[in-house]
Amino acid sequence: MNAQALLELADDELVLGWRDSEWTGIAPFLEEDVAFSSIAQTEIGHARAWYELAAKELGTDADALAFDRDPAEYLCAPFVELRLVHDWAQTIARHWLYESADAIRIDALKSSDDPDIAGLAEKVDREEVYHRMHAAMWEERLRGEPAFQKAVDDLWPSAAALLPPDQRATLATIVGKDVPSNRLLLAHERGQHSDDFRPLWEEMTMVRRSVPGASW
Amino acid sequence: MVSAERVWEALAEIPDPEIPVLSLVELGVVHDVEVVGERVHVGFTPTFLGCPALEMMREQMEESIRKLGAEPDVEVLTAEGWTSDRITPAGRRKLDEAGFAPPAPREAGGPTLVQLEAHAFHCPYCGSTDTRLDNLFGPTPCRSIRYCKACRQPFEQFKTL
Repeated sequence: MNAQALLELADDELVLGWRDSEWTGIAPFLEEDVAFSSIAQTEIGHARAWYELAAKELGTDADALAFDRDPAEYLCAPFVELRLVHDWAQTIARHWLYESADAIRIDALKSSDDPDIAGLAEKVDREEVYHRMHAAMWEERLRGEPAFQKAVDDLWPSAAALLPPDQRATLATIVGKDVPSNRLLLAHERGQHSDDFRPLWEEMTMVRRSVPGASW
Repeated sequence: MVSAERVWEALAEIPDPEIPVLSLVELGVVHDVEVVGERVHVGFTPTFLGCPALEMMREQMEESIRKLGAEPDVEVLTAEGWTSDRITPAGRRKLDEAGFAPPAPREAGGPTLVQLEAHAFHCPYCGSTDTRLDNLFGPTPCRSIRYCKACRQPFEQFKTL
């Protein structure tokens, strides 16, 4: 697995973790404040671990990869960038679609030839079990709600584009959808950024950019 | 030259930063200790990768090794995954006494929602198993919140990992 693939994974987890943290203090009820804050913390912890593996290959460190790149250099999928705070149906739809997709790629990484990658995937997978349980619980609760169904339909092409093409059919089967057409996928493929990404990057890197090279 | 045994003893005196009733050794995060001349290598397996206490644990281990007159080399081992089964029997007892229900043993395939919603978890205050899952997530990544219907007390459950 090359550094680019590790960065895609790390950037997804960092950016989604950031989006999850935006619910801290304003979720519909206290349990979800706690849940989304905790999920955010774990996703960002996973991002750090993947960045550290990438950093070894690239001869840098995890913080530099997380915070010192230009927006165009980030490799996250547009799906994780969307700012969905204030829309609970969309937030849960993304959470459920993301965890379903992430489980597929993490499972594939567990059989990597690189023992560091396989070992880390194993560790990440065990922690993600709790995210998946949480997502499944909410999907079951909301699946009959029109607002949730619409959110899943709207987000589906973007969610499918999170995974490499060879894993998309598996995801489609799991979430009960058809693989979107290439034309539909085009606007959501990795390698481009949504309009929501730049403000997130500004905020996320603000402290680090304010005093370059400082030790925190 | 300091002995590995002496290093283990010193590490066993460091309390967990978030649950100080048990030590880092009882928590099972010290994977191995190797002494090479003046250098002490410690393999450290963090509980959850997003644990905010990770850096603090590392610094405390380094400081403790320096106090023994040796040069610390604490390596974070992410591929050697920590599991909640690594908490020692003494550590489990101390958790229980402090009001944290210790983790259920990890089964093949890991925990499931059906298991967590079952009445198999006992309350650390009154011992009743008439408890329910209130939140999969808690104040730190390693804890869930449960509620005891017998003594009407919410309590924290260490997650099975």
